[in-house]
Amino acid sequence: MEPPERYRAIVDDFEAFRAACERPLPSAIRVNTLKAGVADVRRALDEAGVSYEPVDWHDELFVLPEDSPGANWPYFHGWIHGQEEVSAVPASVLAPEPGERVWDACAAPGSKATQLAALMDDRGEVVATDNNLGRISALRTNTERLGATNVAVTHEDARNHSLKPFGGAEYDRALVDVPCSCEGTIRKNPDAFDEWSLSHVRGISGVQKDILERAVQATVEGGTVVYSTCTFAPEENEAVLDHVLEREDCELVEFDLPLDHRAGVTEWEGAAFDPSVRLAKRIYPQFNDTGGFFCAKLEVGQ
Amino acid sequence: MNDSTKFTRLPASDDDRAEPDRATREAVLDFWETRFGVPPETFDGHTFWERGKGKLWCYRGEPPSPVDVEALGMTFLRTRQEHWKPTLEAVQRFGEHATECVIHLSESEAEAFVAGYDQELDWDGDWGYLVVTHDLAGRREPVGVGLYVYGELRSQVPKGRRRDLDT
Repeated sequence: MEPPERYRAIVDDFEAFRAACERPLPSAIRVNTLKAGVADVRRALDEAGVSYEPVDWHDELFVLPEDSPGANWPYFHGWIHGQEEVSAVPASVLAPEPGERVWDACAAPGSKATQLAALMDDRGEVVATDNNLGRISALRTNTERLGATNVAVTHEDARNHSLKPFGGAEYDRALVDVPCSCEGTIRKNPDAFDEWSLSHVRGISGVQKDILERAVQATVEGGTVVYSTCTFAPEENEAVLDHVLEREDCELVEFDLPLDHRAGVTEWEGAAFDPSVRLAKRIYPQFNDTGGFFCAKLEVGQ
Repeated sequence: MNDSTKFTRLPASDDDRAEPDRATREAVLDFWETRFGVPPETFDGHTFWERGKGKLWCYRGEPPSPVDVEALGMTFLRTRQEHWKPTLEAVQRFGEHATECVIHLSESEAEAFVAGYDQELDWDGDWGYLVVTHDLAGRREPVGVGLYVYGELRSQVPKGRRRDLDT
């Protein structure tokens, strides 16, 4: 059974969910606070004649109902970056502080890595990893346009991430926004369901488990790891958390999320997960008029 | 030896230099101050790195040198040529501190500059690389680097960054 139908059992208002998946999503932008403030961006968008709407849960996000973000002055100056609302969730939840060392395990094309740099006020170190050179070039373009100077980019498979180039120090926090089946991006990419297959979901779930394990291992005791996907499949979400909770010394923790959401599911197609996966959050498109998303926060064992 | 695959940290000054053609931190700070009036303390907390010949990067961190990664902060300055040339990224990020060799453009001139066009403009200062600014949201905001010679401001906006912003 394919999406969205296979999620009938876990989504409350299934018809609203299905209808929302068919509605296109307008562009959204994030203010790059490394270069400009929210008031500066508002004024620059006004001057450029670009209409924008605020997003109630996050002061630094705006929806552009009529425009794409790339062809105006504030974009050219790196004051703004095109980023979907829900894509801004994991870095907000990770909440890194200036001076910390942070790993972005699957960083390209860099929306979240540059958001981390901005949250850290460009102080500390963001090690941004990706395994695809083409995507790394997009990541580099974005970090440069946004003026982040505390981001180092490494080309490697996150499953085998090495701490050696930076002297072996572990991270204070890690962001694990893994490659996924992207079901939650259907409103942006109408092809997402066409390219879907259960074997892909199962295959990529193995990769996701290995990356999250590596992130927990590379983070200091008491440190924070955020796991996220833009998909609904429990195989890629709660099942991955369940696997890592069993193998690594870490636990899921509660966090605030000012967007309407549901708790993680503890059962799926006959499998039962660790009850704490309930602390993860599922964001469905019909709740906040966004894309779909999944996010969990873990603390590494002391 | 200069290794084109690794980032090597710039030596502090001539006395610390092992590789004769490599720029020093002292020389980099002096360039920004002498040419553009950017105070050296603007770069406190940043380290400078070379990868490849004369391509300098600016990083807010202190990893061990050399470091074998894909990118370290932002590309910053081209040395090992007659006139050192700042990148567009460096000027957008640090150019607000510039007080000399700054040319301020009108809206239509700035649009032409970003689209990649050369323009005949009056300029009574030094020829060479200039910080190009325009007004945005009530600020004088650095747009990028221009080369001023023979009565002409030549756009140095890289092809991939050019935009038609004429609205």
